Amino acid sequence: MIDDGRPIFLQIAEQIENDIIQGTYPAESQVPSTNEFAAFHRINPATAGKGVNRLVDEGILYKKRGIGMFVAAGAREHLIAKRSEGFRHEYVQPLVTEAAKLGIGADQLIDMIRKDMKQ
Amino acid sequence: MNTTPSAPPPSGTGDLVVDVRSLTKRFGGFTALDDVSFQLQPDMIHGLLGRNGAGKTTIMQLLTGQDFASHGTVNVFGERPAENAAVLEHVCFIKESQRYPDNFKPKHVFRSAPWFFEHWDADFAARLIDDFRLPVDRRIKKLSRGQLSAVGVIVGLASRAPLTFFDEPYLGLDAVARQIFYDRLLEDYAEHPRTIVLSTHLIDEVSNMLEHVLVIDEGRIILDEDADDLRGSATTVVGSASRVEEFVAGRDIIHREAIGGLASATIGRLTPDERRAATSAGLELSTVSLQQLIVHLTKVSDKEFKEAA
Repeated sequence: MIDDGRPIFLQIAEQIENDIIQGTYPAESQVPSTNEFAAFHRINPATAGKGVNRLVDEGILYKKRGIGMFVAAGAREHLIAKRSEGFRHEYVQPLVTEAAKLGIGADQLIDMIRKDMKQ
Repeated sequence: MNTTPSAPPPSGTGDLVVDVRSLTKRFGGFTALDDVSFQLQPDMIHGLLGRNGAGKTTIMQLLTGQDFASHGTVNVFGERPAENAAVLEHVCFIKESQRYPDNFKPKHVFRSAPWFFEHWDADFAARLIDDFRLPVDRRIKKLSRGQLSAVGVIVGLASRAPLTFFDEPYLGLDAVARQIFYDRLLEDYAEHPRTIVLSTHLIDEVSNMLEHVLVIDEGRIILDEDADDLRGSATTVVGSASRVEEFVAGRDIIHREAIGGLASATIGRLTPDERRAATSAGLELSTVSLQQLIVHLTKVSDKEFKEAA
C-alpha cells in the first residue's frame, strides 16, 4: 500500500514493476488504466498517470492508442537486471549491519540464509 | 436566473485558473491575509491547509467574489471575480455552514441547482443522494448535521463547476460518508477533470488525493508545493540524545523532542547515503506524514510560546 515517505508516483511505478517481475502482467498483456490504479489506491489520477508514464518512458510499458497500456517484450528481464544492481546496497548491507549489531558472525549468517533459501 | 447555456470560462491570462498577487485583507485592525501571492493550475486537486483562523476561508471568500481585497489583485479565469457573473457562474463554493431558507427541502436545493451550474448532472446527483442515504423530502432544518453536510457535498460534486471549493465540507459526516465523498470525488474528477480546492483539517485522509498543497499560517502562505515533492521532504531521526545531536548538527531542525537519554529530531530530506549512515550509527528513521509536517510547521514555536507566556 501507499506509504508517506516517498512520492506516490514512484510507488505506483514500483508496484507495477513488482507485478511484472512476479508474472502478474506477462509481456504483451494489458495493465489497468491510470483511472483504475487511481480508484484502487485512492490516489490522484494525475499522480497515478505520472507513475505509469515513467514506465512508458523507460520502455517497460507501451501505449496502444485508444486501447490502453501494455507490457513491452523483455520488460521482465530488463527489470530483474535493474533490481539486481541495487540488491546489495538495499538488502545485503542493512542485513550485515544488523547482524554485526547482534554479534552474528559471517558463518552463522550464511547458515541462516542457506536454511531460509531451502524453505 | 440563468437558463441559457453560458460561454466557456473567460481566460485572459493564459492557463492559470487563479492568479493572486500581493493580496492583503484587513478586518479593522486585524490582518487576515498579509501580502499573499499564489497561482492555481487548471484541472488539479489542490489542498488549502492550515489552522483555524489562518486565513483559508478569507482566501476562498475573496476568490469567489464574496468580499473585496484591501490591497493586491485577485484574478479567477483571468478576471476579477467580484460582481462578475461571467466568472462566478463557473465557480462553486461549498461552505462549512451553508444556510438555506427554513422551509427548503434537499429536493428544492437540487432542483434549483441547474439554474446556477450549467454542468449540473442530475443523474449523478441522484446516485449521490442514494449513496449518502439523504432524505430529500425532509425539511432542511430537520436534517442532522451530517445530512446537511451531505447536501453541500452533493451540490459540490454534481455541479461539476470548473472551479470548485470545498471548505471543511463534512462537519458531522461519519467515516463511511467521508470515504464515499473521497471515492466519488476521485472517480468523477478522473472522468471530468476540473480545478478543485479542498480545505480541511483531516489532512491524513485527503493527502493521497492532492496534487498540489498550499499551507497558510497567520495570513501568509508558508508552503506552496506539489504534494509528491513533499513526500519524504522531512524525516524524523530517533536514538540516543548524543547520537541524534551529532547526526543533526548543522542542519535545519523542524521539530525536536527529548525524553531521558532519548531524542528525536525532525529534519529535511536525507540522501540514501545519509540514511545508511544514520542506520549504521544506530539511529532509527521514520517518515513524516503531510499532516505531521504541517503540524510542525504551523505550531507556535517554543520561543513564541515563551514570549506569549
